Amino acid sequence: MKLLRSVAVAATSIFVAILITAPLAWAQVKIGAVLSVTGPASFLGDPEKKTLEMYVAAINAKGGVNGQKVQLVIYDDGGDANNARTFATRLIEEDKIVAMVGGTTTGSTLAMIPAFEEAQIPFISLAGAIQIIQPVRKWVFKTPHTDTMACEKIFADIKRRNLSKVALISGSGGFDKSMEAECVKVAPKAGITIVHQENYGPRDTDMTPQLTNIKSKADVQAVINPGFGQGPAIVTRNYRQLGITQPLYQSHGVASKQFIELAGPAAEGVRLPAAALLVADKLPNNDPQKPVAEAYKKTYEQGTGQPVSTFGGHAYDGLMILVESAKRAGSWDKSKVRDEIEKTKGFVGTGGIVNMSPTDHLGLDLSAFRMLEIKKGDWTLVPEGSS
Amino acid sequence: MAEFLQFFFSGLTVGSVYALVALGFTLIYNASDVINFAQGEFVMLGGMVTVFLALAGIPLPLAALMAVMAAVAVGLALHRLAIEPARGAGVVNLIIITIGASIFLRGIAQLVFDKRFHSLPPLFGADPIRIGGAAILPQSLVVLAGAAIIVLLLWFFIDRTLTGKAVIATAANRLAARLVGIDTRRIVGLSFAVSAAIGAVAGILITPLTLTSYDVGTLLALKGFAAAMLGGIGSAPGAVLGGLILGMLEAFSAGYLSSAYKDAVAFVVILCVLFALPQGLLGSAKIERV
Repeated sequence: MKLLRSVAVAATSIFVAILITAPLAWAQVKIGAVLSVTGPASFLGDPEKKTLEMYVAAINAKGGVNGQKVQLVIYDDGGDANNARTFATRLIEEDKIVAMVGGTTTGSTLAMIPAFEEAQIPFISLAGAIQIIQPVRKWVFKTPHTDTMACEKIFADIKRRNLSKVALISGSGGFDKSMEAECVKVAPKAGITIVHQENYGPRDTDMTPQLTNIKSKADVQAVINPGFGQGPAIVTRNYRQLGITQPLYQSHGVASKQFIELAGPAAEGVRLPAAALLVADKLPNNDPQKPVAEAYKKTYEQGTGQPVSTFGGHAYDGLMILVESAKRAGSWDKSKVRDEIEKTKGFVGTGGIVNMSPTDHLGLDLSAFRMLEIKKGDWTLVPEGSS
Repeated sequence: MAEFLQFFFSGLTVGSVYALVALGFTLIYNASDVINFAQGEFVMLGGMVTVFLALAGIPLPLAALMAVMAAVAVGLALHRLAIEPARGAGVVNLIIITIGASIFLRGIAQLVFDKRFHSLPPLFGADPIRIGGAAILPQSLVVLAGAAIIVLLLWFFIDRTLTGKAVIATAANRLAARLVGIDTRRIVGLSFAVSAAIGAVAGILITPLTLTSYDVGTLLALKGFAAAMLGGIGSAPGAVLGGLILGMLEAFSAGYLSSAYKDAVAFVVILCVLFALPQGLLGSAKIERV
């Protein structure tokens, strides 16, 4: 009798447990992410992971999307494209995700594209290169600005100063090479002539010979340094050491407070293109991006205790574009969500105002970049339309 | 002419950095025939520990002193925990152990410190000295002076002290050295400690020029090693000469030939020199002594 009763209790409690948990289990949808949380690109992947985790938790606290809780499945590829490809297959076949945010590096993203194209799953990449969205692939989107846009933004600013002849000095890293090539490609269209090009190695400690050669070319009117890491800081110091007076432009690759610290007083007067997020508190009040950028900055800095970076912002933009598209679609049907992502119009993100179309899976124009000038060890906005 | 002078100054700056790093290889090599590939990590430790202690509010001179002591502690630990247990192994095995130690130290540094770049303020300000239309930073001269002082101290230590003689004896024949009453284990340990200190001093002096990060040691050690080979490994003046020649080669080929191929030019010249003089420029004197 006693045995029978305990069996009955056990059976009832299992039944009740199923009743309670089952609706939760059914009403859950999985979003995948493969990020370079460790390895050489960890300074990109780490803020991306923290951002996604923070905002997915916030979305679930408000009841999820379309009545379904969102479950985030994150894998760390360690910056290795081969790992990324393996994880992409696992996300598709085992985790059965409905959408994908991430792919920290261009290499990882390009390795994963065939898998998601074949499985027909919407894929929003967080990597930089233009090859991800050109040519346009049906299921692939991205949020960060391209290096082509950075070149165009710099050229536009040089034009505003009535200058046209520039010299390039760039490193030999992947980012540096890619941006150098894009700058050379778009220069004629922008009416800019590249009169001289110099290179330096990834760990070079002195760039004065290269800069001396640039200095000796009489027709150079401005110098651009597409670069990443410590190189641009040393170039900036050597530039002042040699007393070169032409304007110096850096890239969005060094758009962080760290660059100002490393280059020190030499950074004074250096200009570079960067996302609005970096100068959130300095944007004019009527700027549409100001509330979004300030809110994200506050959430991220309070949540992690670290200064905000544009890379985490790209993850925020990707997740929000996906979530809003799913809301508009009214379901998590992959095909409907994809169509809605493509119809994204006027989405205000940390990286800019996104207007996607069937021919543009990035949706940003040059207004997404702000031209900044370093003054007294801090960023200032260069007013558009003036020099 | 101004351009030539500027390339020369650049070569002097880069060359003095290489020279200072190259000096760290000499003593361990002299005592044990081992090329310590973790030498770059001592350079990194000198810079990074100073940066982080200074950030924690410790005055810079004290932070630098503590960084040197930290590097010495790591050098002794490297000897006691990795080299000493394998004392029966051949030189090649020991070299491979130092490569492993180098990877290990870099991994630890990544966790203990961070992955960002850091800098230190230069000793005599950042205003360049202008000579004949060219400019050189005072810190470059500080690095050069540091290399000269270390060469002098090393010469005094090796040639003028009994312990220094013991180092030479240990290198020449370990068994014979033990038979005449030299504690060879202590001597090799000492060489690791002093080399670590030289590396750390190098790291502190060059950080205002080159910046530092957890992985700065790898390439610096490679260039320093090339410089030491060129000058004749084991010779302190040779290390400085090799460093300066390597720096000059890079600066002048970047200036007059092509900045994209300056490393290739420098290494081709080194290969040619080593074909003709396998012992390096100043290495032959060492051989006679053995």
